[in-house]
Amino acid sequence: MSKQYETVIGLEVHVELATKTKIFCSCSTAFGGEPNTHTCPVCTGMPGSLPVLNKQVVEYAAAVGLATNCKITQNCKFDRKNYFYPDNPQNYQISQLYYPICRDGAVEIETEAGKKTVRIHEIHMEEDAGKLIHDEWDDCSLVDFNRSGVPLIEIVSEPDMRSAEEVIAYLDKLRLIIQYLGASDCKLQEGSMRADVNLSVREIGATEFGTRTEMKNLNSFKAIARAIEGERERQIDLIEEGKQVIQETRRWDDANSCSYAMRSKEDAQDYRYFPEPDLVPIVISDEWLREIKEKQPELRDEKKARYKKEFDIPDYDIDLITSSKKMADLFEETIAICNNPKKVSNWLMVETMRLLKEHNMEPQDISFSPKNLAKLIQLAEDGTINSSVAKEVFEVIFKEDIDPNQYVEEKGLKSVNDEGALKATIEEIIAANPQSVEDYKNGKQKAIGFLVGQTMKAMQGKADPGMINKILKELL
Amino acid sequence: MANIITDETIEYVGILAKLELSEEEKEQAKKDMANMLDYIDRLNELDTEGVEPLSHVFPVNNVFREDIITNEDDRENILLNAPEQKNGSFQVPKTVE
Amino acid sequence: MNLMSLTAVELGKKIKDKEVSVEDAVKAALAQIKSVENDVNSFVTIDEEGALKRAKEVQKQIDSGELSGPLAGVPVAIKDNMCTKGMLTTCSSKILENFKPTYTAEAVLHLEKAGAIIIGKTNMDEFAMGSTTETSAFGATKNPWNLGHVPGGSSGGSCSAVAAEECSFALGSDTGGSIRQPSSFCGVTGIKPTYGTISRYGLIAYGSSLDQIGPVAKDVTDCATILEVIASHDTKDSTSIKRDDYDFTSALVDDVKGLKIGIPIDYLGEGLDPEVKEAVLNAAEELKKKGAIVEEFDLSLVEYAIPAYYIIASAEASSNLARFDGVKYGYRTNDFEGLHSMYKKSRSEGFGAEVKRRIMLGSFVLSSGYYDAYYIKALKTKALIKKAFDKAFEKYDVILGPAAPTTAPKLDDSLSDPIKMYLGDIYTISVNLAGLPGISVPCGRDSKGLPIGLQLIGDCFQEKKIIQAAYAYECTREYDRCDLAKKGDK
Ligand SMILES: [Mg+2]
Ligand SMILES: [Zn+2]
Repeated sequence: MSKQYETVIGLEVHVELATKTKIFCSCSTAFGGEPNTHTCPVCTGMPGSLPVLNKQVVEYAAAVGLATNCKITQNCKFDRKNYFYPDNPQNYQISQLYYPICRDGAVEIETEAGKKTVRIHEIHMEEDAGKLIHDEWDDCSLVDFNRSGVPLIEIVSEPDMRSAEEVIAYLDKLRLIIQYLGASDCKLQEGSMRADVNLSVREIGATEFGTRTEMKNLNSFKAIARAIEGERERQIDLIEEGKQVIQETRRWDDANSCSYAMRSKEDAQDYRYFPEPDLVPIVISDEWLREIKEKQPELRDEKKARYKKEFDIPDYDIDLITSSKKMADLFEETIAICNNPKKVSNWLMVETMRLLKEHNMEPQDISFSPKNLAKLIQLAEDGTINSSVAKEVFEVIFKEDIDPNQYVEEKGLKSVNDEGALKATIEEIIAANPQSVEDYKNGKQKAIGFLVGQTMKAMQGKADPGMINKILKELL
Repeated sequence: MANIITDETIEYVGILAKLELSEEEKEQAKKDMANMLDYIDRLNELDTEGVEPLSHVFPVNNVFREDIITNEDDRENILLNAPEQKNGSFQVPKTVE
Repeated sequence: MNLMSLTAVELGKKIKDKEVSVEDAVKAALAQIKSVENDVNSFVTIDEEGALKRAKEVQKQIDSGELSGPLAGVPVAIKDNMCTKGMLTTCSSKILENFKPTYTAEAVLHLEKAGAIIIGKTNMDEFAMGSTTETSAFGATKNPWNLGHVPGGSSGGSCSAVAAEECSFALGSDTGGSIRQPSSFCGVTGIKPTYGTISRYGLIAYGSSLDQIGPVAKDVTDCATILEVIASHDTKDSTSIKRDDYDFTSALVDDVKGLKIGIPIDYLGEGLDPEVKEAVLNAAEELKKKGAIVEEFDLSLVEYAIPAYYIIASAEASSNLARFDGVKYGYRTNDFEGLHSMYKKSRSEGFGAEVKRRIMLGSFVLSSGYYDAYYIKALKTKALIKKAFDKAFEKYDVILGPAAPTTAPKLDDSLSDPIKMYLGDIYTISVNLAGLPGISVPCGRDSKGLPIGLQLIGDCFQEKKIIQAAYAYECTREYDRCDLAKKGDK
């Protein structure tokens, strides 16, 4: 390859909003559930049914717009996007084309190369489609409308990204902003955040964009990175061979690391948008906008600045703790009980992170309560339990959110702080291990470690290792 | 007749509308649509420069629902009219190859 | 006495006064249906069993004092594009021939709550697309005044059922004149209220921005009474409007002194049958005699309403009717290969010619490259038409004109030339575009004996003005019954 190419990427990110009900009916948005049990005439497109807009959807969408520096369209409307597909019960999707709720925003991303701004073209509200399950036995597909009508926002970026790294930094930025707002949990795996990648390549220095393709079906950061690499290569190969890139929608097959065109004569991409006659316009007054702004919780950048000012913990810790809303909430709620930022931070940074990784979990999946973590910290701080016992107890808290006070009591895990009893045990250990005593006296420092260990074992782990050390040294 | 509707247009509109017309119907549709468009074209006599398109006839705004679940499981009813169903779902021809 | 010769309010009163039982009323309607239905074909579905069962329930509620409204126990027929739980709702289309809704339309619920007894669902032009009730998949309805003529449409079944006295009153729907024009052709009274007055929830949409449900009955009193029962602010319909007043019957006053009535010159020009013109102007004269101030004026833009209407209605219809695809309900073809073939065959076999014609047109005007030239142009025309009416209502309380340019045409005469058929809606269509209320009241008959309808149009939310004017006019003449209706007299 003689020429140098640049990848130009824009994203269409769909985010499922965290409302209790669907966008146009009072059905639950709860995930899972037997097929078609969260449906009604509206979200199954029954004749004569009509949509009524969920106010919370507008508030979430506007809040995301404000947090991404968008202009809010104070007079916005819904349109119908017409296309036939069985997951789309009306055979049109209620979406926004002409007057999307947010326009002209931007977020700042940070990669190893430094800071960069990614512009947002628009954010619009729309309804999700149902789910199609492919039935191998009957050679048919089955339609479940439980997801039909779940509210989405679609965040459309400008083609400002140039690499997979930037794309992931951008997605991560959006994810954090939206999670902090409480507007969505943004789980890629469960599909509450989905990204379509628009990608083209051009020779470095070229001023015109190349022909772009749109890639769908990307459900992890890794798949996105692989798809970008794969599509970049495919397009460069075409250009090098003197062929044309065709503007089309492609489906990424992550298992085989390749994409294929989703083309069919029957899917003319002509959506015949027109204003939705069944819904009236939305007018977002200055006052309403102010209310939405006032309701906006502290976002990550503000939080980071505050932590730096309020708590004496390193930047690295702050960064990690605020990398998820759940973690930051946990941090603040625990501090509110035990007022020990450094210790709370340590438990989150080390043990919590380790266990999350071990169980392949996301911070959002954490189920233990700040109350029990605070109690544990208290037990460790006042020497009721030693640090290794504390770690053991934390694992149980992490799994089952037990009350550590009760647990330590029931399992008899308290440290033995009775010096007399400890001394007696240590004397027995010394008597039983003359060789080690000998070694120690001959200057082998390691030997004392063995003796501490033996004592700990005899005490069933419930002693303070510092105290054992001290008594041992005295006796020897 | 000013408007001429081609075979390709009828074919294309048939794809959009998901209608399959017989040859005879297609010929009729070509004529009907051209006639109708000729008739509709008289709107071009009207000067609409600067006129705001009116989609909603009355200035009613902000009709909302509160975010409260009131619908319960109604699957039996929802599936009542399904031409074909299986496992509590609507059955359709396979959608992927 | 023939109970079916009474108006709905008269019959309701007799029931309330225990002079007549609900069962007797329902049986009278069913008997008249048996006697004339073969001739007129007003109904798609007749629910004899359900109606008789409901009659017993309603009688109990009347006896216990639970129900005391003016429509309690009165037999009603519902146009077959309004959902009725568990009862076939077909829109007179093959594509919905087996469709039983799982819920009842809001307007119909109001009637049920008021104790009206649904005796069946009336025939219509398929999906309300047509002006003759000949596009029904279940055979044309005939005009009770002359079985060789059409009843008008699309609410032809509702209007012929009222005229033939197969029910005491009916509900219709009006997208471009579909209540007023057949009311005119059948010699009955029908109101299309201001857009948003009656909930569209459960009305199977044709052109969502134009559709409105309304009453069809023998007289203005009935219509005002029914309107009062079915009009409501419905939170299930976002376009439903919360009105200040719903007391339409308070306008039933025989007084038009000082009422300013304008007659658009444009409504009296080319294409208007001279006999219709004469009857309408005579009606205006009667109102003038009662003290109304009547003058002619230039409304303008009338000729542009039809093209604008056909763009908007067809575009909305192409989208509204997309849901009929053989997946969730309705007709699915037996013979297909794959998804798209299933869609295309089900829809092509399920829809009739006029529906397909409008879906094709609607899909075309919205398609890439044509949206601005057609759809936006039509919405701008609509804005101008609305403005023209606004200007007219600065000067007049009521606009008066014919409901249709002619009396009912002969069967089979209209469908061959769609544009000619569409032109028949010239006086009604702009009212829908502007969202205004309109009423059609009988004002005589032509030399063939076919009824002529007078249309009165009000400014938005001014139903009471047109009700009052129509009532005052109605007081000058007797209700004219057709011979078919009189069959029930013996
Ligand atoms: Mg979208
Ligand atoms: Zn629903």
